[in-house]
Order: sequence, then C-alpha cells, then structure tokens
Amino acid sequence: MKRFVTATMAAISLFAAGNLAFAGYPERPVTVIVPWSAGGGTDATGRIIATMLEDKLGQPFNVVNRTGGGGIVGHTAIRDADPDGYTIGIITTELSMYGAVGSAELAYTDYSLVGLYNADPSAIFVKADSDHRTIGDLAAAVKADPQATQASGANFGGVNHLSWVSMVQGLGLDGSQSNWVPTEGGAPALQLLASGAIDVAVVQFPEAQALMEAGEIRALATLGSEPNPKHPDVPPITEALGIDFAIAGWRGVGGPAGMPDEVVATLAEALDGIVASQAFRDQMEKLNYGVVWAGGSDFADYLENRGRAFGAAISAAGLGQ
Amino acid sequence: MDALVLAFGLVFTPDTLIVIVLASAFGLFVGAMPGLTATMAAALLVPFTFYMDPVPAIAAIISCTAMAITAGDIPGALLRIPGTPASAAYVEDANGLTRKGKAGLAIGISICAAAFGGLFGFAVLMLAAPMLARFALNFSSFEYFWLSVLGLSCAVIVSRGGIAKGMLSLLLGLFIAQIGLDPLIGQPRFTFGIGELAGGISFIPAMIGMFALAEILRNGGRGLQTAPQAELTNPFAGVGATLGRYRLNLLRGAAAGSVIGALPGIGGDLGAWITYSLAKRSSKTPEKFGTGHPEGLVEAGATNNAALSSSWIPAMVFGIPGDAVTAIAVGVLFMKGMEPGPQLLTVNPHNFYAVLLVFVLANLLLIPFGYAAAKAARYIFKVPPAYLNAAILLFCVVGAYAINNTMFGVLVMIVLGVLAYILQSRDFAIAPIILGIVLGPLVEQSFITSMTIARGDVLGFFGRPIAAALGAITSLIWLAMITRAIGGFQRVRQRQTPGA
Repeated sequence: MKRFVTATMAAISLFAAGNLAFAGYPERPVTVIVPWSAGGGTDATGRIIATMLEDKLGQPFNVVNRTGGGGIVGHTAIRDADPDGYTIGIITTELSMYGAVGSAELAYTDYSLVGLYNADPSAIFVKADSDHRTIGDLAAAVKADPQATQASGANFGGVNHLSWVSMVQGLGLDGSQSNWVPTEGGAPALQLLASGAIDVAVVQFPEAQALMEAGEIRALATLGSEPNPKHPDVPPITEALGIDFAIAGWRGVGGPAGMPDEVVATLAEALDGIVASQAFRDQMEKLNYGVVWAGGSDFADYLENRGRAFGAAISAAGLGQ
Repeated sequence: MDALVLAFGLVFTPDTLIVIVLASAFGLFVGAMPGLTATMAAALLVPFTFYMDPVPAIAAIISCTAMAITAGDIPGALLRIPGTPASAAYVEDANGLTRKGKAGLAIGISICAAAFGGLFGFAVLMLAAPMLARFALNFSSFEYFWLSVLGLSCAVIVSRGGIAKGMLSLLLGLFIAQIGLDPLIGQPRFTFGIGELAGGISFIPAMIGMFALAEILRNGGRGLQTAPQAELTNPFAGVGATLGRYRLNLLRGAAAGSVIGALPGIGGDLGAWITYSLAKRSSKTPEKFGTGHPEGLVEAGATNNAALSSSWIPAMVFGIPGDAVTAIAVGVLFMKGMEPGPQLLTVNPHNFYAVLLVFVLANLLLIPFGYAAAKAARYIFKVPPAYLNAAILLFCVVGAYAINNTMFGVLVMIVLGVLAYILQSRDFAIAPIILGIVLGPLVEQSFITSMTIARGDVLGFFGRPIAAALGAITSLIWLAMITRAIGGFQRVRQRQTPGA
C-alpha cells in the first residue's frame, strides 16, 4: 500500500512537473529548420511564419536552412530532432513523394503535424506566339502525338512533372509517353520556354507573372478545380477538360514525431491564429502564395490524400520503386 | 524626368539613407567574414524589411548584397580566402600583392574597380535594361552549355602550371561536382549511402579548405610569408595610377560583365573568369599573372560588380532570378507591391529609378568603406604569424560549419584543404577545381536538358544561331590548344631524335 502511494505520488509529481514544464512552452528559443535554401518560397514563407510565431509566443524562432539532397537532408534533420518542441521545421510537398520514388524513407507519419499553411496548384503556359490558343488545342496536339510536345518546369519527379504526367493521363493517354525536359525548376523552364526551345512550361503563377505581363508567354489552364483568384480568366483544368486533379505543391509546419501534445496544441493554436490573420494573408498575397489552413488531423488527412495522388502519378511516370 | 526627381525624393530621405549605410556596414562585415555569404546576409535582412517602406526595404537588400560580394575580395586579398567563386579567379594576384607589402593597393584596386564596374553596370541598366533582358531571353540550355564550357576552358587556359595540369585540376573539380544526387532523376552518385554526401559538396567549404587551409599548411610553420606592409597614411595610394594605366582593361571588364551578367544563373560566377583570361591573353606580360600583377585584378574586379548590377536585369524585367540573392530580392519586391516585370519600368518608373539610385549609392559607398577596411588591414599583419594562423584556422572552421550548420562542412574543408596542399606542391592549379565544382552541375544540367530537347541529336548543339557561334568559338579554342600540344610533342621528339 505504502509503495502504491509512493508510486502514485511520484507519478502525480512527475505529471505536474511535466505540465509545469510545458505550461511555459516555449521557455527558450526555438529552431525552425527550413529544408530549402535561402531565397526560395519555402524560405520566404517559413521566415514569415517564424517571425509571427515569435510575436505570438514571445521567444525567438530562429530559421536555419538545412539544404541538400532535394530537401532530404532538412526533412531528415527535422525528423531526427529531439521531440521537445524546441526544434520544428517547415515540411514541403516532397514529403509526399520520397516514399513513392524511393529516394528516402520519409513519410508524413514520421512527424508531429502542426498545420498546413500554403498550397499552390501549378498552371500550364505556352509562348505568346504558340499555335495553341486554348488548353483544348494543346490537349488535341498531345493526344495526336504525346512525344512531340516538349514540356518542362522541374526535375524528373518534381511536382510540376507529376502535374504534367497527371494531365497527360487525364487525357486518357499513358503517362509514361509524355515528353518531359528536366530542369532545376520554374525559372530555367521559363527561360527555355521564352527562348523557344520547348513548347510548354508547367510552373506556378507567381514565377510566370512577369513574363505574362511582358507578353512573352500565355497561361492556358490552372491545374486545379478552382480558378486562381488573381487570374480568374484562366480556366481551371477540371472545368476546361473535365479532368479531376489533386496534385499541388504544399507547405506546412511539423516537428519530430512524439512531440508532447501540449506543445503541438500550443503551436497549432498560434499557427491557426497566424494563418487566419490579415497580416499573414497580406504578406502571402503580395508574394502570390495561396493560403490554406488544415490543422492536426485535417493536415494528416490532406497528406494522406496527396500521398495517394502523388503515388499514382509517380508510378504512371515510371519513376516508382 | 519627373520620375527621376520623384525617385530622388524617395531615396534621399533620412530613413532610406540610414538604412543604406547600416545595411552596407552589415554587408561589409558579413562579406569580409570568410564563409559567410551575401545570400546569408540578404536572407537575414528579409524579416527586417517586413517593417520598412518599399524603397528602404529594397535598398537594404541591394546595398547589403553589393557590399557583401565586394567585401568578399578583402579576405581574398589579405588571407587568400576568396569570398565568392568569382573572386577566386583573381585571388592569386590580390594575395600576391599583399605578400609584396601592398595590401592596401590590392584592396584598393579590387574595391575601386568594383565600384567602377558597378556604376558602369548601372548605366547599362538605366539605358538598356529592357533590350538586354530581351537578348538574355534568347538563351536556352544549348547556349548555356556552350557558355559554361567556354568558362571552364578559360579557367584551364589561365591556370598556372600548364594546360595539361590545369585540365586535370578541372576534371577533379568536375568529379567533385558529380557527388550527390544526379540532376536527372535524383539518383545518388558517389555517396556511399551517406546522407550528407547526397547533398553534394558545396563550394564554400571546398573553397575555404583549398585556398585558406592549404595556405596555412604550406606556410604555417614559417608564419605568413608576407613582406612588412608599407606604412602609408593613404592606403589607396597608387590605386588611381594603376587604374589609369589599365583603363582599357577596366572598360572592357565592365562592358563584358554587363553583358554576361544579364544571363540568369550563370553571369555572376563566370564573368570574372572569362575576362581574367582575356586580360592574360591580351597582356604584354602574361607571365606575371598570378604573382601579384594588377592587370587581371583590374579587369576581373570590374567585371565582377558590373555583372552583379546587370544580373538584376532579368530579375526585374522578367522575374527570372539568376541566383539566390536576386531570388530573395524578387521576393521582397513582390512583398512591397513592386512586382517585377516590364510594368516596373512603365507604370511606376520612379520606383525603378529609386532602385537604380540605390545601386549608385551602394557602389559609391564601397569606396569609403573599402578605404576603412584597407586602413585597418595593416593591423592584421602586426599580429604575430602564429596567432594570425590560429585565427584564420578558426575562421576556416566556423565558415565551413556555418554554410549548412553541420560538422560535415568542416570535414569537407579539411579533406579538400589537405588535397589542395598536396596538389599545389606538385604545381597543380587550384582555381580550375573550384570552377569545376561551381559550374559542373550547370554543364551537366544544360547538357542533359539540351540532349532531351534535341532527342539525342548532338547536332542540336549547333542548331540555334547563338549556340552555333558559341560552340564554334569553344571548339576553335580547343583546336588551337590541341594543335599547340601536338606541335610541342613533335618538337620534343625532334629534339630527342638526334640524341637517340
């Protein structure tokens, strides 16, 4: 009996101590790992989030760029950090793909999910003097000879490549027949498009906006079911061709699996407030990033869905393991 | 004209001017610290710009990066630790001058040539931005392939120790660039299952190791091999005369830099290498290059900053950022409602002119800041060599660590430093290795992209007019080198035959 009391007391005091420790979270500076290099979209949005978390929670949130290996190095660093809430990170689209491609043993289940704050569908662009006036023209040309249309916008297996494969598949063709030119991302692909070396670029609106306004390129379709609010006249592909589309780039906040629930809740509440705030929306709007919010289990559901769509496109592209 | 007046009003406010001076000082500090990069400086400034008005926000980023990149020449000149891949092109000459006791002259030439190049680039930006941007848009992966091969060829031609050894150095650099994930499907290469290697060997720890650590290994026992620094009241004495003597180099460097810099993603790193080799080819005394001769320093230094100015052209006119720094700046432009694009020049030209004025101010500020740095440089060499070497070693470790915040960077620095020490003692040039590491991924990427577009047809590399011209120039350079090599081989044989 005595032993039981002692044990209970110990358990209670431990619990209380634990609670006390977390009641004050964060008590010291928090490290925010960004798996991509300074200057990219993940870095830019991650720094906005970090600054705002700092204001909300009263401790410095220091952004550290851990780059390399297509985001694998940084994602691994977040997963392997101490799950005490003092190391968190920005997790990105690629997490939906590593498993299916077989490049790393990383999945969203390895993380304590705090919340999703951004998702951006890509869009399809052609050179201004292209013969394809509408997405219908392009679809007809691709159907006639999928090999003849050269598209670019990312490396093999990048989100824009999978978007393209998914669209080609949506036209009822074999996704592996599509002709993809690998580049390092949106900017070099747009350069190739503008110089007339390729026919189609699959990139996001913010990247292409200046070239659109310069009259060098045109947007044919948004790769989603909703039009982009800034470009309402570009038809969504679901409407134009009746293709159901679930691939989009996303960014969220997460930490290593096993973070205390109280800590995740504190962070999720703060992040929810940030994403809902006008200040955040203004900043994201200016950078042309879409704002979405999915916290906790919603975030997990979202990632489950994405994982399936990405997996299908990856195996269709012949990139699966 | 009204726009220009309006722009003056925007820039010459106390707030903006204070921001420019503070950001420049910050950039000077970051740039002069080995291993800390301009990209890092700009990224650290971004959160501050959230709270600023548009013009001061852009001013902060521009003046900080311009200063940081130029200040990267200072540790290059003093300690043989180049701050950027571009300054690696002329680090031997800058450091050579320091060894002759002319550290002030070395820094002075770098800074003043850079300021001139920057101002020249500004003039180009002002007059020809839309035209140059349109020209740069014609460059596809085919042209990029030839340009990067041309740049690599230049590094081999200028390298000390002969073309054969330069070529071997270059191949080593290209091999190091192969380590990591391949650009096509992300297949790991030469990683041996080590996660850190999958990220590739980044050039900053490589550069720190191969230049600075190797130098300590070479001279550590004896202390820095430096002549006593001349005690001058004016550390910039003789800078004007030197620049005057090489004024043609100065002009040519700045002009070439303005054009090459406008090509997104390649210009900044490559320009200085091309013009340095141009200076050597056209010099009356090419044998002095690499020993502390100011000629190449003048030309490549001017190229460096002119390219920096014009690298903003594709970013501002078409929103295509060439490197991480301009990408950050484009982000800030977006955030402040000054979206890049041709309308930046037409709808709100005063904003565009304000940005240009910031360029001018930042480049002019280079001179007093550089003067102060040169003045202070003398004191570094009053430190006993053993302490100085220990401090440099500390900077090497910190700089290599800071790039990714891992000890892996330090390991890379040490391994490549020892390797460079061994290679150098056998007369192999180090610079081509660095350029191989920097440009290797670009060569490979543009080759694969081009081959995919041409569907495996090699003739595709000559299928576009600019590509064909660049390809012809590159092929001719190699043909000339091979002919000379064969000629040399035959002469050796003829000399041997009578004796045999």
